[in-house]
Amino acid sequence: MKATRALLRRDLLLAWRRVGDALNPLMFFTMVALVFPLAVTPEAAFMQKLAPGILWVAALLASLIGLGGLFTPDYLDGTLEQQALSPVPLGYIALLRVLSHWMVTGLPLVILTPVIAVPLGIPGQSLPAILLLLLPGTLAFSLLGAIGAALTVSLRSHGLLLPVLVLPLAVPVLIFGARGTLLAMGGDWPTGPLYMLAFLAALGASLGPLAMAGALRISLD
Amino acid sequence: MWKWFHQLASPPHYYRMAGAIIPWTGWPALLLIIIGAVGGLYLAPPDYQQGDAFRIIYVHVPSAWLSMFGYVVMATAAAIGLIWRMKLAHVAANAVAPLGASFTALALATGSIWGRPMWGTWWVWDARLTSELILLFLYFGYMALNRAFEDRKQGDRASAVLALVGVVNVPIIHYSVEWWNTLHQPATITKFGKPSITVDMLWPLLVMFLGFTLFFITVALQRARAETLERERRSAWVKEL
Repeated sequence: MKATRALLRRDLLLAWRRVGDALNPLMFFTMVALVFPLAVTPEAAFMQKLAPGILWVAALLASLIGLGGLFTPDYLDGTLEQQALSPVPLGYIALLRVLSHWMVTGLPLVILTPVIAVPLGIPGQSLPAILLLLLPGTLAFSLLGAIGAALTVSLRSHGLLLPVLVLPLAVPVLIFGARGTLLAMGGDWPTGPLYMLAFLAALGASLGPLAMAGALRISLD
Repeated sequence: MWKWFHQLASPPHYYRMAGAIIPWTGWPALLLIIIGAVGGLYLAPPDYQQGDAFRIIYVHVPSAWLSMFGYVVMATAAAIGLIWRMKLAHVAANAVAPLGASFTALALATGSIWGRPMWGTWWVWDARLTSELILLFLYFGYMALNRAFEDRKQGDRASAVLALVGVVNVPIIHYSVEWWNTLHQPATITKFGKPSITVDMLWPLLVMFLGFTLFFITVALQRARAETLERERRSAWVKEL
C-alpha cells in the first residue's frame, strides 16, 4: 500500500513537472480527429456515419504514440533495474505506471471528447454513453500499448515498431468501441459493447502486467 | 521422456534427427499433394453452383488451416523456449513464423481469387478473411520484433512474449470480427454454397490437408536445421560437417 502510494505519487509528480509531454497526445488526438473532415467532406450526414470510426482511431493512435516512451526514461537511468530488484512485483509496478500514465493522458482525452464531438456531429444526448465506452476503451488501449512499450524499451528505434506490434491486438477494442458509439448515436444504450470493453480492460489489467514484467526483465538482461 | 526432451534440446542431436526425418515427411508430402491435385482438379465433379471455380478450395482451405496451425505451433514453441530457456524452441518458433505468414498470405490470395467470380469483387470484408488478415499482421509483428534486437537471445525471448500475448488475443479478435461482420452485412454472401460435400470432392481435400501439413513440417524442420547451423557456426560440431 505504501509502495503503491509512493509509486503513483512519483509518476504523477513527474508527469506534472513536465506537463507539456502529457499534452502532446491530447493535441494529437484533437488534430487527427479534426483533420478527417477536411480530407473527406464537411457534409453533416456523412460525417455522422464516419464519426465513431474517426473518434476511436484517433483515440487508439493517440494512446499508442503517447506510450512509446512509457518505460524508456526509467530504463535509461537505471530506475527500472532497481524496481525489478525490489520486493514489490515488477508487474504491479508496471501496472501502476500504466494507470498513472492513463490518468494524465487517457482520462483527459475522455474529458476532451465532448468538445471534439460537436464538430464531428455526434449528438449531445449520446455523449454519456460514449464517454462511458471511452473509459474502459482507452484503458485497454493503454494496457495493450504498454505491453508493446515494455517489449521495445531497449530498442533505439521503437517509434514505428510499437504500432506495428500493437495495432492488430487492439482490433477488438476498436471494433467494440466504434460499434458501441454507433449504437449510442442511434439512441440505444450500448450495454453489450460496454461489457465487452470492460472485460477487455480487465483482461489487460490482469494478464497484461505478466507480459509487461516478462518483457521488461528480458530487456534488463 | 525427460531424457528425450533434453536430447532434443541439443543442436547437433536435433540436426541429425531432423535430417533423418525429413525424407520421411518430404516425399510423402510431394506424393500426397500430387494425388490430391489430380483428385481435386480432374476426378472431382464440378460444383453444381460454382462450376470449376470451387476447385481452388483444394489450396485455400489447407492454407487457411496451416496459417492457424502455424501460429499455434509458433506460440507453443515460444512458450517452451521461455519456460525452459531452450534455444532450439526459439529456433523452431523462428522457423515457423515466416512459413505461417506465407500460408496466411496464400490463404488470403486464394480467398481473394475465389471471391472474384463468387462475390464479384477481389475483396469482401468477410469475417474469416478479415481474421486471416489480422493474423498476417500478427505474424509481421512477431518477425519485426524478432529482428529488431541486436542481441539475438533478447529478440527471441521478446518476440516469444509477443507470440503468447497474440495467442491469447486470437480468439478474441476472431470473435469480435465475427460480431462486427454480422452487423455489417447480410450473412448471405459469407455463407457460400457449402452443403455437406460429396465424397468425390471430400477425399482430395483430405489428401491435400495431409500433404500440405507434411510439407509444412518438412520445410519447418529444414528451416530450423539451417538456422541451427547458422547460429552454431562457431561450434566444433558444425566445423566438422
